[in-house]
Amino acid sequence: MQQILSGVYAIIIGVGAMVLFYFGTNWVLDKAFADEMTADRRMIKSREKIRESIRPWIFVLPALLLLLLYLVYPAIQTFILSFFNATGNEFVGLHNYEWAINDGEFLQSIGNNILWLLIVPFVSTALGLVIAVLADRVRWGTLAKSMIFMPMAISFVGASVIWKFIYDYRPEGQAQIGVLNALVTSLGGQPQAWLTIPFWNNIFLMIILIWIQTGFAMVLMSAALRGVPEETLEAARIDGANEVQIFFNIMIPQIIGTILVVWTTITIVVLKVFDIVLAMTNGQWDTEVLANLMYDWMFRGGGDFGRGSMLATVIMIAVIPIMIWNIRRFRAEEAQR
Amino acid sequence: MTTKAQTMAGAADKAASGTSSFNLSLGWWITRISLALIVIAWTIPTFGLFISSLRDKDQLAITGWWTALQTSVGTEQGRTGEADAQVETNGQYVLTGSIFGEGSTKSIRTYGGGFLPSSGTVEYGQGEQPGIRDYAPGELVTLEDGSTFVLESNGTYTYTSPTPFDFDRGRRFFMETQIPPTFTLANYQEIFRAESVDQSFINTFTVVIPATIIPIAIAAFASYAFTWMEFPGRRFLFYIVVALIVVPLQMALIPLLRLYNTVGLSKGYPGIWLAHTGFGLPLAIYLLRNYIGSLPRELIESAKIDGASHFQIFTRLVLPLSVPALASFAIFQFLWVWNDLLVALVFLGKTPDQIVLTSKLRELLGSRADNWEILTSSAFVSIIVPVLVFFALQRYFVRGLLAGSVKGG
Repeated sequence: MQQILSGVYAIIIGVGAMVLFYFGTNWVLDKAFADEMTADRRMIKSREKIRESIRPWIFVLPALLLLLLYLVYPAIQTFILSFFNATGNEFVGLHNYEWAINDGEFLQSIGNNILWLLIVPFVSTALGLVIAVLADRVRWGTLAKSMIFMPMAISFVGASVIWKFIYDYRPEGQAQIGVLNALVTSLGGQPQAWLTIPFWNNIFLMIILIWIQTGFAMVLMSAALRGVPEETLEAARIDGANEVQIFFNIMIPQIIGTILVVWTTITIVVLKVFDIVLAMTNGQWDTEVLANLMYDWMFRGGGDFGRGSMLATVIMIAVIPIMIWNIRRFRAEEAQR
Repeated sequence: MTTKAQTMAGAADKAASGTSSFNLSLGWWITRISLALIVIAWTIPTFGLFISSLRDKDQLAITGWWTALQTSVGTEQGRTGEADAQVETNGQYVLTGSIFGEGSTKSIRTYGGGFLPSSGTVEYGQGEQPGIRDYAPGELVTLEDGSTFVLESNGTYTYTSPTPFDFDRGRRFFMETQIPPTFTLANYQEIFRAESVDQSFINTFTVVIPATIIPIAIAAFASYAFTWMEFPGRRFLFYIVVALIVVPLQMALIPLLRLYNTVGLSKGYPGIWLAHTGFGLPLAIYLLRNYIGSLPRELIESAKIDGASHFQIFTRLVLPLSVPALASFAIFQFLWVWNDLLVALVFLGKTPDQIVLTSKLRELLGSRADNWEILTSSAFVSIIVPVLVFFALQRYFVRGLLAGSVKGG
């Protein structure tokens, strides 16, 4: 109860401070540079120019300061720390990076991350596209899309519990309470401890992320498909193209931009994926990934800031091409405005 | 001639339309069936979790949730009370009690084995205890020493002997029990009572609400400036905002942790509010700028001509018009903060007054890994709010997604 109150206070204080800041500074600005009468009281000396050159900074300054403090400064600092030792006070050059390329866990993470990057964005995007096409032809398509979209609202940890239950394993002879093993045994197979089978367990973890991300892909694809002109499709049908040809030769080229956006967005999610691995296996049985390894080193043995920063930097390097592509795309869009 | 040609053409047409309608109806079925299968595959995991969280914990541990409506049968061992509890009446020593705990819905199908004489003629299945099918509930069993034992199907037993009982531990036997389908809220009561998940629920709200409101307000001002105001470096600064959208959080954590430790913001709510604000701002500014930039220029211009300052235009005109975009981002940020684990693990403590639902759930996955009744109900508590918000405001969420990714798409 006390906590709810302090939460409410915090909201009031926080919002109050913001209101006070924005209104207060604007008021001060209007007063300090108010228009003045000239000496002969006939002309008004406008100081609007001064006011309007300062005002934008009042609007953007809080945001810029927060971005600087919470993203720009730490990112630069992390990069620098990656060349320092565990406590961050002794320069060690490339030592952390050299250590990494000889570390089994790191190499395993890189391998697994590549696997994740190859499989998850592709499967989510492809499934999302197929579902979007199917759902547009069915009267209950909206409901179907809603249900497939729903996992987007579920946390990675929540999803992990849901799927751990599906992958649950009981020794042979006992009744299986996990759906997957129940299915396998009812078909006459042996129950498996799915999460402990190296290589394949990576796939079982990926399924969780695919389950979450497909809805996202589907929504964007669905919107993009609506932008494909009906006449184009009609013309192709008249020319004798079948639905499969239309899908591959007309629809996909028309929405390739959206496909790339979805692909890159999911790629970034994959690079940052950490919760699922932490909750399901914590990197055991050869399922380690970079983001989980980074979290691990951040606190392992009291925290190794050098190695943690190095791992974060490796993730960042993988993100940079997408970052550049995003900015280019944005500039192109701005030029069209 | 003409008529013949026309008839032939007509027939060909008919044939063509015949095959095409066949294709169409096949495609019609394939479309519907495959979509239905996908929907089922996508919803079953969550549905299974929900059903499981409402099941009796003993049943949940031995049978799949899809059998929730069937009576489940299990094998377990029973034990009588200890010899101390015996009562002497009319020269007979009697031990009575119930095999099951208070409020149990179980009943006994057959029992035997253990200290009870075994017939040894029945064949038993794999994994079963010998003797388990020997006796039916209510049947009077006479033991070699002249004592008698009766077990009723509700689990109450009467053990009678002409000589005093003198065993140390209660005597053991095996039984086949059945549990009728039961749905219960006991699992939820359990996680609120013993695991203080309700406290975590409040903690999550304490994090989420300020962490949603603060970035919206700050981003709204900034995005207005980026759209309608002139200042040096405007374009460049906005490129930086666009670039920051994809920066992985991992890149920010270590320096912030160090900074927080020195200024004393670590392991507290204000620290995490500010962190979520900072991390959410790039996308917020980007989304809101897209929306505010789509407002008609004439609207802003005419307000300016009427003598309104930018501040007035923003607070009285643009802000009210931007409510849909603000709602879109609010849902984004709400879901993101509610579902976040990484930031909570780094910036909040694990004490009961700070641990949030995601963090709690992760802890339970470690400490109560075999207690599915705890895990399923806790998981359900943690997902119900975002799922409800999602279904109620899906329209705004989708709009935000589209604006955030395929602008003008």
